[in-house]
Amino acid sequence: MGQVVLRNVNKFYDSVHAVKDVNLQIRDKEFVVFVGPSGCGKTTTLRMIAGLEAISSGDVSIDGQVVNNLPPMDRDIAMVFQNYALYPHMSVYDNMAFGLKMRKFARREIAKRVQEAADILDIGDYLKRKPRQLSGGQRQRVALGRAIVRHPRVFLFDEPLSNLDAKLRVQMRVELKKLHQRLGTTAVYVTHDQVEAMTLGDRVVVMRDGVVQQVGEPLDLYNSPANRFVAGFIGSPAMNFATVTMMDGNGRLTAKNAGLELEVPQSQIERLRRHVGREVTIGIRPENLHVATNSDPAGFTFPSKVEVVEQLGSEILLDVRVGADTMVAAVDPTIRARVADQINLAVNPARLHFFDAQTELAL
Amino acid sequence: MIEGARWRRWVFFYLPMAMFLVFLLFPFYWMIITSFRPDGELYRPWNSVNYNPFWTTRPTLEHVRYLFEETLFSQWLWNTTFIALVSTVISLVCGVFAGYALSRLSFPFAGSLGTGIFITYLVPQTLLFIPLAEIIRNYKLGDTPWSLILTYPTFLIPFCTWLMMGYFKAIPRELEECARIDGASRWKAMLYIIIPVAIPGILSAGIFAFTLSWNEFIYALVFLSSPEQKTVPVGVTSELIRGDVFFWGPLMAGALLGSVPVAIAYSFFVEHYVSGLTGSVKG
Ligand SMILES: Nc1ncnc2c1ncn2[C@@H]1O[C@H](COP(=O)(O)OP(=O)(O)O)[C@@H](O)[C@H]1O
Ligand SMILES: [Mg+2]
Repeated sequence: MGQVVLRNVNKFYDSVHAVKDVNLQIRDKEFVVFVGPSGCGKTTTLRMIAGLEAISSGDVSIDGQVVNNLPPMDRDIAMVFQNYALYPHMSVYDNMAFGLKMRKFARREIAKRVQEAADILDIGDYLKRKPRQLSGGQRQRVALGRAIVRHPRVFLFDEPLSNLDAKLRVQMRVELKKLHQRLGTTAVYVTHDQVEAMTLGDRVVVMRDGVVQQVGEPLDLYNSPANRFVAGFIGSPAMNFATVTMMDGNGRLTAKNAGLELEVPQSQIERLRRHVGREVTIGIRPENLHVATNSDPAGFTFPSKVEVVEQLGSEILLDVRVGADTMVAAVDPTIRARVADQINLAVNPARLHFFDAQTELAL
Repeated sequence: MIEGARWRRWVFFYLPMAMFLVFLLFPFYWMIITSFRPDGELYRPWNSVNYNPFWTTRPTLEHVRYLFEETLFSQWLWNTTFIALVSTVISLVCGVFAGYALSRLSFPFAGSLGTGIFITYLVPQTLLFIPLAEIIRNYKLGDTPWSLILTYPTFLIPFCTWLMMGYFKAIPRELEECARIDGASRWKAMLYIIIPVAIPGILSAGIFAFTLSWNEFIYALVFLSSPEQKTVPVGVTSELIRGDVFFWGPLMAGALLGSVPVAIAYSFFVEHYVSGLTGSVKG
């Protein structure tokens, strides 16, 4: 079992309100990722679950038991730190065995569990080495091994991949996913990298300035972001935003500014009608833009001027100017576009996002 | 290494280096040569024939023999070793715990307490010995090794505490947190993780403390009076300088033999000691 519940959890460091009223139910066997920019309170939240940081107000419970006053050792959790925190004076074997020794496991059981973890992580060859004799990726595996030998109720990860180079990071990400599928232990994972969050999480918690912005499955966050912040944070390249005014003209609703005029799709008209005459932020993902053809309805295209062409091979990123705004469009690699070209872009009407210009909430 | 032409290297590197070495090592050389020079050579006038102050053709162990047979030098050596060892151990134990507490536990006034400890270290011994003498007399500890074993920590503990505090601060906090999640109490985390990792720091603090108490002069001079209780620095200077007569041979032999244990301690731990000073605990 490994069910973690946060109820109105707050954290104050003197006058800094680092974590604000976090509510979350993490189900057994679930992989939950906290994501957000640096300093948004992810680590602090994780450390409160671990018991390394006192909870200013609210409750953290594990499997129904409030653990606010339980020391870390009694919470039956394991944590992997950003800098791995391997014990430098102990061999790989002793690093992994330490937690079991502290819990007075029999010598044979310790040997069995360490071997098992070493097999899973493929580190059996250097059990006798000291951490300083290992590469970054190997240290990472040892840190994981030290967590899994304990068979804890919950794994806590604090940016475990951020010290690895890009290639290894992708590889370890896949391995972490496999490891979770194999062990089925509840995992709480902290990262500032939205790709990691999207690929690893069963559910993702987006945080900003200590406040949870949205909790949901990765595709929910991508398709229906709750506010402009989540919309801009999830997805790469980031969503384009433009401030437009809602206009009502003979039954049709249009979103208009100096550079573009887009029709509001039929399905959204009802919701947006009460914003007529007001400013709204429109959001368009780069991948929902393409170079306009004759089959695109006129209401969903707009002219733009190419400023930068980024060839990625699988696609082309066009940095374009639309009126006063700049946008990025991810277009088909067969498109031949050059700097200063005037091109018409078309948007997929079903994929338009609208946000209140003041509250930034999705409309 | 300095890049560039050969002469450049000589002028800016080898020459200053050589001068520095001569400057540094000449007193030791003088001490050694004097220890083995017979009295006849030591006390002849500078304008006598065959006068050469920088070496001797007839080395002798007479001064060393004199030191061990005619004075209480072996007793002084033993006294110094005993006092230095015990006061070092006491100061290390206190310093390690105090340094840990000041660097890791967050309790009220931790910061000002640390500064306070540092300030006590800055009070000159030449002033502090006056109140301490009063205390030693009240507890009737004068002329016993305990007068020094109990007073040396007054400057050794602040010293060790500060050194260890810096060292503990350099050890990543996560190491200990991980141990505590792994099931270690604060005490066990300290015993099994923090202290082993801090061994280089502890060794450097220990060597420094040992050297400081080995060389200490003022307290030893004030608190000890009978010859058989004295330490090497005090014994040699008080028993081998009588009035204004300097027994240069035994004096230098005593200084030489007195610095040997410290030199051994240094060279034995030098590797740990250096890594202790540069203080790196990279996983
Ligand atoms: N020990 C501390 N003392 C004071 N402020 C802290 C402490 N730890 C974190 N903070 C503050 O709390 C906020 C959240 O920090 P953290 O949880 O580390 O962010 P991140 O999301 O990058 O992991 C930051 O503004 C940070 O400055
Ligand atoms: Mg963090």
